[in-house]
Amino acid sequence: MVPPDTAHAGVGEGERSDGVGAPAIPPASGRRWRIAAFARDRAAFAAALFLVLVAGAALLAPLLSPYDPAAADNLLRYAPPGTAGHLLGTDAQGRDMLSRLLWGGRVSLVVGIVPVMVASATGLALGLLAGTAGGWTDQVIMRLLDVVFAFPMVLLAIAIAGVLRPGVWTEVISITVVLIPYVGRLARTATLLVASMPFIEAARAAGATRTALLLRYVTPGVLPPLLVYATTLVGLMIVVGSGLSFLGLGVQPPASDWGAMVSEGRIVLRRAPHATVLPGIVIVAVSLAFSFLGDGLRDALDPRSRRR
Amino acid sequence: MPEALLELRNISKSYAARRGRGRTLRAVAGASFTLAAGETLGLVGESGCGKSTLARLALRLIEPDAGPESGIVRVAGQDFTGASTAATRRLRRRVQIVFQDALSSLNPRMSVGVNVAEPMRLQGIGSERERRSAALELLELVGLRPEHAERYPHEFSGGQAQRVAIARALILRPDVIVFDEAVSALDVSIRAQILRLILDLQQRFGLAYLFISHDLGVVKRIADRIAVMYLGHIVELGAAAEVYRTPLHPYTEALLAAIPVPDPRRMRVRQLGVVRGEATSPLEAMAGCPFRSRCPHRMAICDQATPDLLPVLGRHDVACFLHIPFPPERKAA
Repeated sequence: MVPPDTAHAGVGEGERSDGVGAPAIPPASGRRWRIAAFARDRAAFAAALFLVLVAGAALLAPLLSPYDPAAADNLLRYAPPGTAGHLLGTDAQGRDMLSRLLWGGRVSLVVGIVPVMVASATGLALGLLAGTAGGWTDQVIMRLLDVVFAFPMVLLAIAIAGVLRPGVWTEVISITVVLIPYVGRLARTATLLVASMPFIEAARAAGATRTALLLRYVTPGVLPPLLVYATTLVGLMIVVGSGLSFLGLGVQPPASDWGAMVSEGRIVLRRAPHATVLPGIVIVAVSLAFSFLGDGLRDALDPRSRRR
Repeated sequence: MPEALLELRNISKSYAARRGRGRTLRAVAGASFTLAAGETLGLVGESGCGKSTLARLALRLIEPDAGPESGIVRVAGQDFTGASTAATRRLRRRVQIVFQDALSSLNPRMSVGVNVAEPMRLQGIGSERERRSAALELLELVGLRPEHAERYPHEFSGGQAQRVAIARALILRPDVIVFDEAVSALDVSIRAQILRLILDLQQRFGLAYLFISHDLGVVKRIADRIAVMYLGHIVELGAAAEVYRTPLHPYTEALLAAIPVPDPRRMRVRQLGVVRGEATSPLEAMAGCPFRSRCPHRMAICDQATPDLLPVLGRHDVACFLHIPFPPERKAA
């Protein structure tokens, strides 16, 4: 998601920047300062690190998990965290929580991330097209999106998932379809805003072609708000995906995702609170991390937010 | 007479009015002027009279009204209005613009060096390295330092941003630069510096300027010829000295009387800035002189016909029935 490179090769580094009212700013240029700016943003950096760890753990679940996530031990139900052999305890059926969290992460992360990415790309393309073409193209695209938009989000996802065969990819497809109008509307609004900026007119006066205007001027301005929105959606979609699983339209038992674990644990909340609380904490932490990541990326892409 | 670098002939631009179906607002009504090499044409008029619309028409950022009497813009004798996409792009190299709000006319996501070099890139001229050295050269020429190239537009003051915008306008080596209220937003001392820079650059490169401003004092300093605009019409056009000495149109007279005199003993207090009467709405049906409702010399003919811009004294043109012959009596409509 890096916009067209505007860096000059080999300049900036080590140059003095003094005087003329502007505060001294660490010398760096182009892509390099973006990475540097991102690394300086501690919250975003920590969030990125955390997400890499979580994703890595989920990816390596077959190697890392001490037990089969579906293997129930009826003699060891409701074991609290710290029980010998079960680091995070067991759930109501005596299944190892750690193993289930690791395997559940594979589903939850796919359901949270893939639809948001696909819908963002599609929504961006539709929004840019609608916002720059105007007229009939705009009307047709936006009215079509409005039709999808008019359904309650989860209801539509349920309807789509119900038509297809249950499974993780059904979840992914239905959530993607539901998200496109949200992202598309945002992208169109941002496109209209950027397209009305004076520097667009200046670029036209200099002889910019339509393609150059779109790719080099409009898109880099539309990406940051979209990025922030998309990252906040990830956490929400993990929960929506769990809802679909809960209704039997997504991932099938005994496999599970984090959201489904929360809802399963709910029944034995008094007896074994950790069965609900642990996956809940994971969902909150991952959602928050994505939000911080989004904010950090937006700031890193914006020269105005450059700080020491 | 030297060949005109920029020529607008009978250019009009109408917008659909927000209220009232079928009513249109004529932002520019049949404007014509020419601009020769090395010359500065000052375009003055009050806010909303169509100055900026005219600038955008000259640059083909907006399209003029089409129709049987549609006007034409020519750049160095070539038709700009009907030019193909490729030809338009090529002709754009010859006419560049500096906007009033220089800061927001620069891309906030590109460093100033990249911003200045951007027209070359958009035109596909030169290599990355050549563009960069051209940009650095121009930044120096407009009085900025090479290290400024690495900074971003938001780090610049208004005057500096205006210098950057001027550098960008120069990089394609144009023949004509349009300044759309380019110094109006600057404070007085900075404005004087930028005006000096603009005049120096004209000397150096033999540029032709279309200098748009609502400030007659500024235009007086810089312009060879002056065009006065009122409600979309050019009402007077002539050599600057002549227009200042002997204004022919009542509106020009009123404008000149409205320039404050920076001398308390000579200051006119009673008449300062007074243009009598209510302005005609540009929405109203435009038979008749646009200035008639505010004109102290209103005659019967002024309500019936719109005066054309015609030469009165050599190359001093005016659109006013006080100075030009009445049109032949029209048949009852």
